Amino acid sequence: MSITEILFWILSALALGCAIMVVASKSPVYSILYLIGVFFAISGHYILLNAQFLAIVNIIVYAGAIMVLFLFVVMLMNLNAESEPQKNRYLQFAGLISGGCLFLVLVSAIARSESAGNLIQVGGGGSGLIKNLGMVLFNEYVIPFEISSVLFLSAMIGAVVIGKKN
Amino acid sequence: MEIKWYIGLALALFCTGIVGVLTRRNSIIIFMCIELMLNSVNLLLVAFSKMHAASPVAQSLPNVASDAQIFVFFIMVVAAAEVSVGLAIIVMMYRNIHSVDINFLNRLKN
Repeated sequence: MSITEILFWILSALALGCAIMVVASKSPVYSILYLIGVFFAISGHYILLNAQFLAIVNIIVYAGAIMVLFLFVVMLMNLNAESEPQKNRYLQFAGLISGGCLFLVLVSAIARSESAGNLIQVGGGGSGLIKNLGMVLFNEYVIPFEISSVLFLSAMIGAVVIGKKN
Repeated sequence: MEIKWYIGLALALFCTGIVGVLTRRNSIIIFMCIELMLNSVNLLLVAFSKMHAASPVAQSLPNVASDAQIFVFFIMVVAAAEVSVGLAIIVMMYRNIHSVDINFLNRLKN
């Protein structure tokens, strides 16, 4: 077993454990902290796949900006775990069963496909480097890039308008 | 490394997100589960781009592996915009009904 495989399994166990704790923990603050753990594990996967730009962007945008926003909202709201009404036991059980069924169906469908054994390029390969991604982004995808700035502007205006006291 | 392990990991993360959306009632946690699903799809796109880079087709089309990672970048951009608007909606809902329980939203009015 090579070092990349060992790292893959460690990061996968970390991501899955933290993801389960996001769903299972009672307090929203603990959920947010576990979700930051998931994002760091996924960033580790990106580094393992030599997608360095996405690894850094994932940490900066998700773990840095979005999760801090979540944390601020939760702390401003002063929620405590006891005040959250629990869903009916049977409904929780049904949700668990249906999610598990979806997982089983998708896994069994994909495990039979003939390309499931295709190898991926671990380490090496320049497709994820900032230089190549910048060339592609500003040559072929410059129009969507500019449109996304308009999207951000509209999201900002929307957040201000919604959050304003009337 | 084979692609099936990455597919399995992304599916497990995605289904964990689905279970969270179906079983929790706190709207902030539901929102975080949606973020979790978006991230699992991002991981799958990057893994497929590296699978493409290892295939013989990549010799004639060198940019295609970068395209998938550009898509992941745009997914992150859209997710950031979505989070800002969604959290504003949740804050407004908390200000009006003093709860973030998703069941209070079933009528969307009053």
